[in-house]
Amino acid sequence: MKKRSFAQRIAGAPYILWAALFIVIPMAIVVYYAFTDADGNFSFANIRQLADYKETFLISFEYSFIATIITLVISYPFAYLMSKKSAASQRIMMMLVMLPMWMNLLIRTYSWMNILERNGIINNLLGLFGAEPLKMIGTPGAVIFGMIYNYIPYMIIPIYNVMSKIDKSLLESAEDLGSNGLSKLRRVILPLSMPGVISGFTMVFVPSVSTFYISQKLGGGKVMLIGDAIERQMQTSYNYNLGASLSLVLMIVILISMIVVNRFAGDDDLLI
Amino acid sequence: MKKALGNVFIWIIYLILYAPLLVMVFFSFNEGRSTSVFSGFSLKWYAELFASRDTMTALQNTLVLAISSAVIATVLGTAAAMYMYYLRNKAWKATMKTVTNIPMMNPEIVTGVSMMLLFVFIGRMLGADNSLSFGTLLIAHVTFNLPYVILNVLPKLNQTDPHLAEAAQDLGSTPMQAFVKVVMPAVIPGVISGFLMSFTMSLDDFVISYYTTGSDFQTLPLKIFAMTKKTVKPDMYALSSLIFITVLILLLIINISQIRQEKKNASK
Repeated sequence: MKKRSFAQRIAGAPYILWAALFIVIPMAIVVYYAFTDADGNFSFANIRQLADYKETFLISFEYSFIATIITLVISYPFAYLMSKKSAASQRIMMMLVMLPMWMNLLIRTYSWMNILERNGIINNLLGLFGAEPLKMIGTPGAVIFGMIYNYIPYMIIPIYNVMSKIDKSLLESAEDLGSNGLSKLRRVILPLSMPGVISGFTMVFVPSVSTFYISQKLGGGKVMLIGDAIERQMQTSYNYNLGASLSLVLMIVILISMIVVNRFAGDDDLLI
Repeated sequence: MKKALGNVFIWIIYLILYAPLLVMVFFSFNEGRSTSVFSGFSLKWYAELFASRDTMTALQNTLVLAISSAVIATVLGTAAAMYMYYLRNKAWKATMKTVTNIPMMNPEIVTGVSMMLLFVFIGRMLGADNSLSFGTLLIAHVTFNLPYVILNVLPKLNQTDPHLAEAAQDLGSTPMQAFVKVVMPAVIPGVISGFLMSFTMSLDDFVISYYTTGSDFQTLPLKIFAMTKKTVKPDMYALSSLIFITVLILLLIINISQIRQEKKNASK
């Protein structure tokens, strides 16, 4: 290779400066705020206060874990069926999966509230048949449903991507060697599609566990997740130090769970 | 039989995926004020939307922000991808890639909060009461757009044959000429899709904007958030339907250009 030109050497400088200022330093500032009080003195008060949020953390993880598992159970057969269609249908089906994602999450969630609420569309329809209205908004089920609905494309897309790349001749040789449908799925398709499952898992779990809008609207104010707790501290109570410590814990817990998931998958190539 | 069951399953999923979108478009044409009882067809909410100065300002703000953040991110990101491509120090390259990934891996709320704290911190040091403004919002949008540009341009660079640029230089062109005539044409599709992706991400962003904007600069998603705090009228659905159509057209352009590119590559 030729020696790098001067232009090639300095091309990265603005980005390096930008990334240091606006990606790396903000992370350090979160740590700084988490360990200081309102006057900027070193303090463990915010960390100690986290004990009050134990329940919030547990509920957030429980709901988002349930949502992620259900999303996986729905997405896996969906991606599998999709990969069996003709090339043209696959392209259209893929676009139809991605399209709703481009509608603002706020609107999609609000629209579901309209459908599910007490005087909403479903209960209005039930009323026509003389049925009692169902209580859906304000239940954990509605919040979990909101997570599944909003993030399911993030699960379908990576699983479909790996499935569509599975070499057809592998499946044929499995058949030649006497595999029936089920063992073909267990021994060939499942192991080969694991990278897609892993990235789908993190891509659904991370936004679910940190959401605040879904729980606000579909939880009817009765469900408080970590995202809601952070939002309250940053936008209503203006306790930036407590908000920072909550964010720090959320960040660390997510980082740890991603490392665990990747170890479990034996795939350390998560970063690009 | 098995196949029919599979198709039923697929249709049910699509029905659920599109239910709220159908509700939105349907009720944007409602004559009454309700978003759950339909009383008749009317275009009045669309008319009201265009007459509302507030909404038009928010629309203008959103576009200004999306275009400027996408332009800055595309310039910075393309240069950064070039730099990363030519890097030979493995550890430094890995560090750059990890840092680039941070805004994509972190929950949006953490990115938003961390940038807000940075701006508040600097603001306090400078003695300002309110440090959040259009400038901070722009910085935040450029920051979350950068990884998308880099991740679109870098693979295109990796696909180009490094010997081509060398051959051009052996044949007498300067490194700059080799770059403009050989490397540039190969990465242009990546640059364009990076730009369009940044533009749409910025257009759609709520969470990070919510933490980094000042009270004097409102974008459409922020306006929608403020509107959904109260009971909304169908005008919000009309607004959302229009945004949706815009994004749909953008996506179609991206898709068609990709199909064309694939066909071109296939015929080579």
